[in-house]
Amino acid sequence: MLGELHSQLAPALVITRRELRDQFRDWRIIFPVVALTMFFPALMNFTARQAVNFVSNYGAPLVAERLIPFLLMVVGFFPISVSLVIALESFVGEKERHSIEPLLSSPLSDGQLYLGKLLAAVVSPLLASYLGITVYLVGVYREMGWIPTPVLITQILLLTTIQALVMVSAAVVVSAQTTSVRAANLLASFIIIPMAILIQGEAIVMFWGRYAVLWWVILALAVIAWLLVRAGVAHFSREELLGRELDSLNLRWGWQVFWREFIGGAPTLPVWIRQVGGLLSQKMRLPMLLVALSLAAGILVGASQAKVFALPVELISINNTDSGVLQGPEIMQFYSVAGVSTVWLHNIRAIILATLLGLFSFGVLGIIVLMLPLILVGYFLATAATAGLSPLVFFTAFVLPHGILEIPAIILAGAAILRLGATLATPAQGQTIGEALLHALADWCKVLVGLVIPLLLLAALLEVYLTPRVVIALLGG
Amino acid sequence: MIVTRDLGKQFDNFWAVDGVNLRVDAGEVLALLGPNGAGKTTTVRMLTSVLRPTRGEALVAGFDVVREAQKVRAAVGVLTEQHGLYGRMPAGDYLDFFGQVYGMDAARRRARTQRLLEDFGLQAERKRRIGEYSKGMRQKLALARALLHDPPVLLLDEPTSAMDPESARLVRDAIRELRSASRAIIICTHNLAEAEELADHIAIIRQGKIIASGPPTELKRSLLGPSEYEVAFGRPLNGFPLFFPHGADITDRGEQWVRFRTASPDLTNPLVLRYLLAQDLAVTGLHEVPRSLEQVYLSAMSSSREQEGNDAG
Repeated sequence: MLGELHSQLAPALVITRRELRDQFRDWRIIFPVVALTMFFPALMNFTARQAVNFVSNYGAPLVAERLIPFLLMVVGFFPISVSLVIALESFVGEKERHSIEPLLSSPLSDGQLYLGKLLAAVVSPLLASYLGITVYLVGVYREMGWIPTPVLITQILLLTTIQALVMVSAAVVVSAQTTSVRAANLLASFIIIPMAILIQGEAIVMFWGRYAVLWWVILALAVIAWLLVRAGVAHFSREELLGRELDSLNLRWGWQVFWREFIGGAPTLPVWIRQVGGLLSQKMRLPMLLVALSLAAGILVGASQAKVFALPVELISINNTDSGVLQGPEIMQFYSVAGVSTVWLHNIRAIILATLLGLFSFGVLGIIVLMLPLILVGYFLATAATAGLSPLVFFTAFVLPHGILEIPAIILAGAAILRLGATLATPAQGQTIGEALLHALADWCKVLVGLVIPLLLLAALLEVYLTPRVVIALLGG
Repeated sequence: MIVTRDLGKQFDNFWAVDGVNLRVDAGEVLALLGPNGAGKTTTVRMLTSVLRPTRGEALVAGFDVVREAQKVRAAVGVLTEQHGLYGRMPAGDYLDFFGQVYGMDAARRRARTQRLLEDFGLQAERKRRIGEYSKGMRQKLALARALLHDPPVLLLDEPTSAMDPESARLVRDAIRELRSASRAIIICTHNLAEAEELADHIAIIRQGKIIASGPPTELKRSLLGPSEYEVAFGRPLNGFPLFFPHGADITDRGEQWVRFRTASPDLTNPLVLRYLLAQDLAVTGLHEVPRSLEQVYLSAMSSSREQEGNDAG
């Protein structure tokens, strides 16, 4: 097995070695790497010393305590930013220089080519980053006697490595899918902005002193890096790389591809509805199961938080609910067509938000959005139990009357979102990434128009006209 | 070695290659001729398994270009239209890199690199960066890369473009040598003299379709009609009436020469000579009027355009 791994990996490393040699011959890469490795840690040492001296005058050593590890993380991050530049031009740069075709005509597999380029982009900035961290640590030890704990240094090294991998794997995806370095640089904003937000989040965590949270960040980034690499390899196409000359937005073509898939050649509405049914049984079974399990997990998560964030018992006394509780919503004209449409449109908005988030996160963030109401349900079920109320009765009163339609609608929408997001990480047989995405989008629309939206409308009707009455019937005095 | 059946490649709504049938056996050279954008490069890219055919099939060195893409790529040496060299690398390192990519061991890489650099007169320059090479030197290095792993199939796109006459001769000699070593070679070129010199078969491609193909002599006969011959005389004819046998049609005449066309020169030419000698004319020579591939090419293009006009009409 090791032999086979070596035979698969060795050709990729041939690419990596050549690219590394090329990088070390290019002063435009060497200069910033050296500068960021040597100069920047020294500057951070100076900053740390000044900050420690300053805050110690005001009796706030905590700030210094938190600042030194934070600067360690920053020192590690700066050199890996160079990896973005290298990775962005990995494929498209070679295309522009016309040196890609001999490589594409070679017997290297797609995976070997991809891995070789990926490693080449990540190795030198990472080495620079480790060196920078070392320079910084030596500096702070010599000047302030500060030594990080083994756990902290492990976290920082892992975080730096995984951040470099995320940036590089995303940049290589961009590089393999664009037609010019200019276009790749423009698209790099989609990497730089999330990374900047991530660093800000990490800064908050580190100043807050909740270092355990960094493990979750590392885990999440590792999953994202894996998904990005998978997406990159899945959609790597020699033909696209070589054949596509212009990044043109062809709306007409896009609409035609989408519409063809959406209609599916169905001559009548009943045939189309049968097709939607077929779609569920053929392509949506596994996503539906995954979403159902996620929602169940959401209820459990919510229930587990009831003890952590407990409500005062007097606030949750809902026995003897009488028809008076209906009056509040009535004043706001909730029990009307307007109320139905409010509930319905709110749910549709939530599904669209989940879809947008799912598109950029391989479906994951979309599912988390859909889990949120179920987390609340779990929380209130557990809270009700704490208050001596049967969770089953509570569920039957508040959730079941409309949830019997709404929850299946959420599962269906979630499955379509998951499939849409997963399209990016799934090999598209004989299709471009755009075609695959348009087909998945058409399937998403089919499920939404054919099932989810009508089910949500019925659920909204039930939620407005039935659920409050069931609450009174079951929980009324 | 190379067989294509109804090979086609569609980009959006445009067929770049449309139903191409080719066959190149071992030891043969096929010259693929055609104007820019005719589909030559697309055909080569399909034969190197870089582009996936939209229809039809192609076998290269016995491997299917779709199902056995990696084997095809390992069996093919390709000289791309653009050299595709790494400017910062020295030539020796460059060939060594591609040797590794093709899975060659170190000893073989060394031997092949040295041999090819010597053959192409680049040995003395092996440590110079490729970026400092002239266009011709780059072309030779790119060709050396294509030959490095000693492939049974060679696909050469414009092998002598940008070369000085001496270097071009060197490359042409190299290609001739490679043919004798039982390889199948396809050359895409605009240089018709080169194609005529090197190729056993010619295929002319226009708008993705092969409009004429065959050995050069056969193409000349089919597209330009029967061969033309010229008889030279030692003295001016001064309007002397010439009598030619049946089957030899006079096409042109000058002061001391006359041209005729015949479909069966083996039978007619001895008769022509006998007739002329019988008329007491001082015949000093009889030879076939050379016909260039350029005439064939232009004739094929013109017929194809006419055909297209008729179809449209």
